[in-house]
Amino acid sequence: MKENKNQKTILGFWIYIMTDLTMFAGLFAAFAVLRTNTFGGVAARNIIDLPFVLIETFLLLLSSFTCGIAVLFAEWKRIKSMMVFLGFTFLLGGGFLAMECSEFVHLFAQGNTPQRSAFLSSYFSLVGTHGLHIFVGLFWLSILFVYLLRRGITESMMRKMTLFGIFWHFLDIVWIFIFTFVYLMGVL
Amino acid sequence: MKEFYKKIASNSVGFLLAAVATLIAYILVQIHITAHHKLFPHIILIPIIFILAFVQMWIQLFFFLHIAQKSSRWNLVFFIMTFAGVLTIVVASIWIMYHLNYNMTPMQINQYIQDQSGL
Repeated sequence: MKENKNQKTILGFWIYIMTDLTMFAGLFAAFAVLRTNTFGGVAARNIIDLPFVLIETFLLLLSSFTCGIAVLFAEWKRIKSMMVFLGFTFLLGGGFLAMECSEFVHLFAQGNTPQRSAFLSSYFSLVGTHGLHIFVGLFWLSILFVYLLRRGITESMMRKMTLFGIFWHFLDIVWIFIFTFVYLMGVL
Repeated sequence: MKEFYKKIASNSVGFLLAAVATLIAYILVQIHITAHHKLFPHIILIPIIFILAFVQMWIQLFFFLHIAQKSSRWNLVFFIMTFAGVLTIVVASIWIMYHLNYNMTPMQINQYIQDQSGL
């Protein structure tokens, strides 16, 4: 019965993730359509630093991996190892967000704001929405941390961790497409 | 215990495969632009990097989100339905707007009229 309830919660959360995916589809479509409309300003190839983005990608991929390991440790009731890996997840995710913010600040400093062109508007809304999700994920993770410290690994904490894992892996999948569609295609 | 190590190993394999897929796509694009965009025709390179992205998506769904488990059958169904919707939105937008955009952007229209009438 309990197992059944957990599965229902996970499926419900999964459906939320799917609606989120649909929202990203809209942003991807907008970017695909507007990516060449630079209004005489910078184009994608002028603002993309590919090695920098590769490091960002690897930070996120690694944090997805450590998050998966943390959930496994939680299943095995190894609270210390789990905390360490959740810490790694937080640091790697935070590193990713910091790199993205520095990229945005850099662009803003050069006057490449979202108002500059349709390309930049769609770029900032797509990449920024993903960044916002990462920020929410980090916030969620820090709350999870406090709860885990106070309550230990209970049945309900296990469920919360699984949901966070799904959210975090999903963000990595969205990022692969941003990496391919915005960055790799951008420099071609 | 054995189960646990098996799961850790499965996660690590997923991570390695994902990392390899990312690196292949990155290296292909990087050597292409270092060779001044002359190494591969875009019509081949772009499908390759997209196929790599799709492969990596399935790697992550399989190894990280355990989509193939019997208990997540409905997750897979919802995912495939949504993904069909996502592809429709993105591909159809590109398909329609490529033509519309080409014909209807005011600046391009003005340029076109100027070119045609020799103004």
